[in-house]
Amino acid sequence: MNQLYNDPIGHWVVVTVAIALLLFVVLTATAYTVWFERVALGHIQRRPGPNRVGPWGLLQLAADGVKLAFKESFVPAETDKLLFVIAPTIAVAAAFLSWAVIPIGLWYNVQYWIADVNVGVLLIFALSSLNVYAIVIGGYASNNKYSLLGGLRSAAQLISYELALGLSLVPTFMIVGSLRLRDIVDYTVHWGWYNGPIPLILLTPIGFVIYLMAAVAETNRAPFDLPEAEQELIGGFLTEYSGLKFVMYYLAEYINMITVSALAALLFFAGWYLWIVPPILAFLLKIVLFLFLYIWLRGTFPRLRYDMLMRLGWKVLLPLAIANVIVTGIILVATQG
Amino acid sequence: MPEGARPSVAGDVAALVGGLKTTLTEFFRPQVTLAYPEDKSPRSERYRGRHYLRRYDNGLERCIGCELCAAACPVGCILVIAAENSDEKRISPGERYAKTYEINMLRCIFCGYCEDACPVQAIVLGPEYELSDTSREKFIYTKEKLLEPLPPDVQARLDSKGSK
Repeated sequence: MNQLYNDPIGHWVVVTVAIALLLFVVLTATAYTVWFERVALGHIQRRPGPNRVGPWGLLQLAADGVKLAFKESFVPAETDKLLFVIAPTIAVAAAFLSWAVIPIGLWYNVQYWIADVNVGVLLIFALSSLNVYAIVIGGYASNNKYSLLGGLRSAAQLISYELALGLSLVPTFMIVGSLRLRDIVDYTVHWGWYNGPIPLILLTPIGFVIYLMAAVAETNRAPFDLPEAEQELIGGFLTEYSGLKFVMYYLAEYINMITVSALAALLFFAGWYLWIVPPILAFLLKIVLFLFLYIWLRGTFPRLRYDMLMRLGWKVLLPLAIANVIVTGIILVATQG
Repeated sequence: MPEGARPSVAGDVAALVGGLKTTLTEFFRPQVTLAYPEDKSPRSERYRGRHYLRRYDNGLERCIGCELCAAACPVGCILVIAAENSDEKRISPGERYAKTYEINMLRCIFCGYCEDACPVQAIVLGPEYELSDTSREKFIYTKEKLLEPLPPDVQARLDSKGSK
């Protein structure tokens, strides 16, 4: 394997196969995340959710996909057609690219990744910022007031929460001393008799709380789904999208949901380490629990008003995140000199 | 939060946690959905659904062609054309019987006035409610459709007569 990997042509073969495999896994996972969300939301509302297509409704997504694929690819009149098509492509490309740097723990010393970048988290932040372009361009290109409003809201929302999101993770980097996701997961402590990895939430609990809220806002999920806001803006930036372009936006949203769940597991809950549970199962379990948390939040809380959203972002989360960085720095200097 | 209490972070967080607890308990409560085509909700005994024309136990039709049901119908969806009974061809015990009996189910409002008006309890509304169909013509329920089948013993007697 190593020899093939170091060969200039073999390297590309390995990478291509790895990318294809990851694409397949992420797409499948996304489909079942949608199924999981619909069933979980159904149970919260005391109904079964999709249960007709296939066993337990597991093939529902295949049916929906076929239906959407055969829909007319509608483009509204007097729109910028190029931008209208590019916008959902940006969303889905940015969402997929994040998975290039996320390591997946298969076994204790076996991890699967496309690129082991030493600034992994930074790259994910950069790509999640690209999502703003997808939504703003989509809203602008739709030639529709509601779309434009959705796009503008999204621009302000994503930019404000990105600050809190980024700052919430700074204490983690300060403690670990690396931006590489594998290093963060493998961070070990030597506390008395205990020698090994710990869930970093024990050291950065406030960072975790801020990350959780900012991540919901970054993925445009309820209760921070203002860019979409079905009741007020019809569908926000999504209003004019149908068929496969609509699928791309939706795909991007659910991939982002899995991405932030995986990041939460990696950054705060020791990734694939969980007592004696096999690593791949532990990693999956943590992601699924976070996905459930997101669905649970969506099933519980009403959407925030726009000024409340901005107040929470700028007046609560951001100062808290900055204070968290400063306090962590002081403690680090005090304990380690 | 009690009336007039000052909002606090702890109070807000408690309210959020309370909301999450509510949805989680709902998550584990039994579902209220009926899987409709397979499971059906129970009908009340007095439910007014599709109509039936009844017979006596001896196989004679109850309807005597009096047209009181048509007169009582608020939407005029019942058409009755009566004909005379004779001793050779006896269809109902009265003087006349309904030669034609049609109900336009698209017009019917299932009020049950026809059932109330009928002096011989010939027209009744049953529990059946799945009446959808594919064309307007199919909603004109004719006498053949509305009439109950003959009681089995009468059917057997008629069958043996026919084979002789």
